Amino acid sequence: MQGDREKGLEARDVGFRYGKNGSWILKGVNLTVRPGERVGLTGPSGCGKSTLAKILAGYESPLEGEVLYDGSPLPEKGYCPVQMIYQNPEQAVNPRWKMEGILCEGWTPDAELLRDMGIEREWLKRWPAELSGGELQRFLIARVLGPETKFLICDEISTMLDVITQAQVWETLLRAADRQRLGMLVVTHSTALAKRVCTRIVSLQEINQS
Amino acid sequence: MEQKTKQEILSVEELSVSFSMYQKGLRKGNLEVLHKLSLSVRAGEILAVAGSSGSGKSILAHAILGILPGNACMDGRMLYKGQPLTEKEKKGLRGREIAFIPQSVDYLDPLMRVGKQVRGVRGTKERQRELFRKYGLEEGVERKYPFMLSGGMARRVLIASALMEDACLIVADEPTPGLSERLTEETLKSFREMADAGCAVLLITHDIDLAFKAADRIAVFYAGTVVEIAPAEDFRKGKEALRHPYSRAFLEALPQNEFCPLPGFQPYAAKLPKGCLFAERCRERNEMCMGEIPMRKVRGGEVRCVHAR
Ligand SMILES: Nc1ncnc2c1ncn2[C@@H]1O[C@H](COP(=O)(O)OP(=O)(O)OP(=O)(O)O)[C@@H](O)[C@H]1O
Ligand code: SF4
Ligand SMILES: [Mg+2]
Repeated sequence: MQGDREKGLEARDVGFRYGKNGSWILKGVNLTVRPGERVGLTGPSGCGKSTLAKILAGYESPLEGEVLYDGSPLPEKGYCPVQMIYQNPEQAVNPRWKMEGILCEGWTPDAELLRDMGIEREWLKRWPAELSGGELQRFLIARVLGPETKFLICDEISTMLDVITQAQVWETLLRAADRQRLGMLVVTHSTALAKRVCTRIVSLQEINQS
Repeated sequence: MEQKTKQEILSVEELSVSFSMYQKGLRKGNLEVLHKLSLSVRAGEILAVAGSSGSGKSILAHAILGILPGNACMDGRMLYKGQPLTEKEKKGLRGREIAFIPQSVDYLDPLMRVGKQVRGVRGTKERQRELFRKYGLEEGVERKYPFMLSGGMARRVLIASALMEDACLIVADEPTPGLSERLTEETLKSFREMADAGCAVLLITHDIDLAFKAADRIAVFYAGTVVEIAPAEDFRKGKEALRHPYSRAFLEALPQNEFCPLPGFQPYAAKLPKGCLFAERCRERNEMCMGEIPMRKVRGGEVRCVHAR
């Protein structure tokens, strides 16, 4: 069945808790991100922003409700059109892979993108532990900007970058978002940043019934 | 001035750090990532270190703690309370007088319950619980393993762990990402309290707002050197009060200001230009910028720029 792209990425009545007896972190959460839209998600630490982000990216299954992409469940095989970038880059890489392998796992970024992201050719031959936090994060952003990516889930992705690199990286991200009509969920604690890069801002506490 | 009379807890003099790397073929090359860097922190003071990512902030922290990787090689001097800080000394002081909050949450031992890790060998359960309460970590957290924690919780565990003993020097490498505003403030309040009690705090952070609010002085790093050290007040005042073009570009890039990135990138350690390391991106450069640029005192701060006035 051909899906309807304009439906976007949808969390429907999502409920989640860790473990059998844990308290509900998310309950009855409804949120839709449409193509071309950049939704800022705010809320205090531990309120479940990252959990919701992981559920939307398909890394965690909701215990209640469902996540729909174009009206159907996320594909289980092949390249996932919904990609996620984490806050702590060192936790998102395999320490036994060189940077080249990590970068080109899903697609092969062109030289222009590497230049825009300020990635040095020589870094490709290094191990993740041989790069600074900010250098590593630039790889993890470039690696998900492939043409098959339709939605990007960004969980505090620029807190490890200096402010100039942060502005550069967002410039590149917004350009890619325009070009590919990406939908984005942007988790950030910085209201100033959310105002700059998002098309609308949602407070998780307001849409969460837990 | 009172600052002058306070004891220097840590003084770093002309510190250089390089890594030996295997480059093309099997030839070994040396990659220098810190170049003759000097700074000091006094008792009662919070010195924030901001700057470009990859400029060597974490390497500086690791050098102070004596935990650089095996392929690193160090030159220059470090003094702790006026005495040479050797690798042997570092080992003895680490985790006692010198506390460290690492940037990567990977520093937690994945196989040990977090309560036990935080207590270490000498800590008491009372102190650990007190700190967990202070940082909003619930009772049950102490029995959890690191993988069960959210990013923000892991960060709070690292903070608690550093504050277990009465340190004289705290080196905090990006302590606050993922923390709510309230917890960020709580963390800073702890740093301030410790500083007021005579401790020296080196606070490495990309959160410029935080540095503005919390620090007494701010050091700006670029490509393995310090380009400016100035009172935090000057950064709060705005661009005109600053001395180095890079520090000014920093303020322009803030989302609450212009959000306008300075074009170009920090030079790669293996291909450093002669003269000023910032020259390639500087609108004010001229022939005078091609020589060695020393650190100079300008308007109550220090700057590495020939044109600064
Ligand atoms: N083990 C290593 N071998 C070779 N180069 C390294 C190694 N570790 C770090 N580097 C390089 O040293 C430079 C400084 O790294 P460092 O981690 O100190 O940066 P940083 O200022 O802390 O950056 P960030 O703000 O991104 O955390 C970087 O260019 C990095 O690539
Ligand atoms: S020394 Fe010259 S190139 Fe370097 S920052 Fe100053 S004006 Fe710019
Ligand atoms: Mg670092």
